[in-house]
Amino acid sequence: MDVYLQDIRKAFPETVALHGVSFEARPGEVHALLGENGAGKTTLMNILAGLYQPDEGSIWLGGQRRRWRSPAHAIAAGIGMVHQHFKLVPPLTVHENLLLGVRGPLWLHRRRDAARVASLAREHGLDVDPLARVWQLSMGERQRVELLRLILRDARVLVLDEPTSVLTPQESQALFATLRSLARSGRTVVFISHKLEEVLRAADRITVMRGGRAIATLRSQDARAADLAALMVGRHVTPPQPSPPPPGAPVLEVDRLTVPGDRRPLAVREVTLTVHAGEIVGVAGVAGNGQRELAEALAGLRPIASGAVRLDGRPLERATVRDRIEAGLALIPEDRLDVGLVGEMTAADNLILKSYRQPPLSRRGVLDPRAVRARARAALGRFSLAVPAEAPVRLLSGGMLQRLLLARELAEAPRAVVAMSPTRGLDVGAAADVHRALLEAQSRGTATLLLSEDLDELLLLADRLAVMYDGRISAILKRAEFDRPRIGLLMAGGAA
Amino acid sequence: MTVHVVLAWLASAVAAGTPLVFAAVGEIVAERGGVFNLGVEGMMLVGAVSGFIVAVHTRDLALAIAVAMGAAAAVALLLAVLTITLGADQAVTGLTLTLFGAGLSSFLGKPYIGIPSPVVFRPVPLPVLGDVPGLGPVLFQQNLLVYASYLLVPAVWAALSHTRPGLALRAAGEDAATADALGLNVAALRYTGVLTGGALAGLAGAYLSLAYTPAWTDNMTSGQGWIAIALVIFATWNPLRAAAGAYLFGGVEALGFRIQAVGGTTPSYFLRMLPYLFTLGVLLVVTMRSRRPGVPGNLGRPYFREERYG
Ligand SMILES: Nc1ncnc2c1ncn2[C@@H]1O[C@H](COP(=O)(O)OP(=O)(O)O)[C@@H](O)[C@H]1O
Ligand SMILES: [Mg+2]
Repeated sequence: MDVYLQDIRKAFPETVALHGVSFEARPGEVHALLGENGAGKTTLMNILAGLYQPDEGSIWLGGQRRRWRSPAHAIAAGIGMVHQHFKLVPPLTVHENLLLGVRGPLWLHRRRDAARVASLAREHGLDVDPLARVWQLSMGERQRVELLRLILRDARVLVLDEPTSVLTPQESQALFATLRSLARSGRTVVFISHKLEEVLRAADRITVMRGGRAIATLRSQDARAADLAALMVGRHVTPPQPSPPPPGAPVLEVDRLTVPGDRRPLAVREVTLTVHAGEIVGVAGVAGNGQRELAEALAGLRPIASGAVRLDGRPLERATVRDRIEAGLALIPEDRLDVGLVGEMTAADNLILKSYRQPPLSRRGVLDPRAVRARARAALGRFSLAVPAEAPVRLLSGGMLQRLLLARELAEAPRAVVAMSPTRGLDVGAAADVHRALLEAQSRGTATLLLSEDLDELLLLADRLAVMYDGRISAILKRAEFDRPRIGLLMAGGAA
Repeated sequence: MTVHVVLAWLASAVAAGTPLVFAAVGEIVAERGGVFNLGVEGMMLVGAVSGFIVAVHTRDLALAIAVAMGAAAAVALLLAVLTITLGADQAVTGLTLTLFGAGLSSFLGKPYIGIPSPVVFRPVPLPVLGDVPGLGPVLFQQNLLVYASYLLVPAVWAALSHTRPGLALRAAGEDAATADALGLNVAALRYTGVLTGGALAGLAGAYLSLAYTPAWTDNMTSGQGWIAIALVIFATWNPLRAAAGAYLFGGVEALGFRIQAVGGTTPSYFLRMLPYLFTLGVLLVVTMRSRRPGVPGNLGRPYFREERYG
């Protein structure tokens, strides 16, 4: 079905997300929607899927003007969307999730429904267990459930929001093969991405969005990566150049660390790692293989089952969070506003959260507001951050929040940093700043453990790369051994 | 002789537990849909008083029950509009509802204090079943409302776990954004859950004023609405377990009466405290064993489509 979105405008209370965007996709093609974080890609597709109402503009489907008041209308018209945060109910089983919102008999028939799902799954090469509960599935499996849902509902227009962000390189290839075959059967396929290479590889046409506008639509055989990058970013961003110093003495040592998980008995199993002074060790892996639990255990936010953690030879595994901070361990958490910063507090207060007990910031337990402001101004100046010092930080953009967090965590030249997906959700400029800050800390001798789901980031920054699968480190590679296919295989649980 | 005493005690345990069965199962339906209704006590009182008034004036028990359920559902509708449509805080609104229900029922019931109802639900021993030794006198020599509760519990359980609307309601309570994106009408599902819960709370109240202690007295629910809410947690949102818990509570309550009746020396205040103490203890044990068992993922959270969720 032909899809045409015409002059769509959408404002949210704080921002105008779309300033009159037009977009067009045809049956039989795979169309990529490329743009940086915050460009408005998700908002545009949510409007097509009936989840958001456009303020202005119209939706045309197969030449007819359409208007939906709820997602149910869009679904009935043949629109199917796989959202970036999957729309699955975790405590329900796969087949129950697939039944949701589908008409049918009043009584559910567990075995018959599951068998039907299983046969459809086999037919399309989307292998999942229909009776498994969704929370037990890997992200790749969950995505297959979502695709299966669209097929089950016979969607004619398929929209996928950042579908590869949770997949290994091999899984991504398999996904694009599936999308290609769905397009060949006459469906219209749109996928959202911010990754140039995959867009060039997998799409027939590419629409680039920037700042709430559609900048251009190109055929991918006519497009070059450099041009796309310029269209997407609208300016030139120089990636930082790593120049690692020779590694020094061991600083952060992890010895057979085992950590219990929330949903399974052990999230981290016997992990052994050493990070030397001035070294960045990357940890690669598909989300949910124990990376978060490892980072939290190192920071003291999660109890451990067994094993040892040492900083400069000093045992830390039983130390409190404050002891770890005082020993020189810094954390850059995955969730900036939940764990990293206090949203309702000002930038100045957030900046002194770790050092407020020391003079001159406080004396006999009483804060000195002038000293606090002076310290905040100095830190903001050093990282050239234009942040209002007196407004609550929850109003800041993701990039600003992360810069603020780095300013606090890296200000006092920590001995070691544990960074968890530090550039997730940031635009290219902010991500480059974060990388620069990490490299600068490295040059000053900080030992960095960088956990990330973005393989490009790890390949850029890491001196050594550990691959994590199912709670274990399956291999540690030196820079000379960095090889994408091999790392992808390890991330999927294959042997080295 | 002793067997006789035990059977009589068990029978009164069932009779005392039945209002909790209605109220807790109703609250489970509301909460499975994602709405936390702390107004159970208030809705029970409204049900108790309105059912009683209708019975006094019309001598029609069926009509009395229908009005009790309708009146309590109307009170629940207030909560539904405030929390589901307008996004008001569910805990605060529920508390307000309890105060409102207590005040309203006390106002409406003033002229009826001390009046006996001309019609009440009396025990109706079932043929055959009522004569089964042991089980018969405990379960099947009760009134019609108790029999209704026997049917209600498995029906609600089956509806929640084995029907399409039940699945949809659970999805709305677990993850409203997902339910919405899949084309379900989250608000309609939640309204249905809350109104069903309200009607059942009204039935629980009418059971008290027309069957269990047939008369109207101020605040005659004496905290049972709160016990029902606690039972929901204790039962991990499962109607079958909630019924078991309700009968346990009823058993402890009936035990207190019995000790008093045979002239035990334990102070009566202590005996009346027992069931609440017991509930507290069970809750403590259940909650300590696992941290948040079975709680619907979006319980207590309003949903608006275009709002952003973390
Ligand atoms: N539900 C929402 N409420 C408020 N602002 C939103 C909402 N969704 C998106 N935005 C804002 O709209 C802009 C575009 O966001 P989005 O469409 O998610 O971009 P993209 O998918 O390209 O990264 C951003 O500034 C974002 O903060
Ligand atoms: Mg997006």
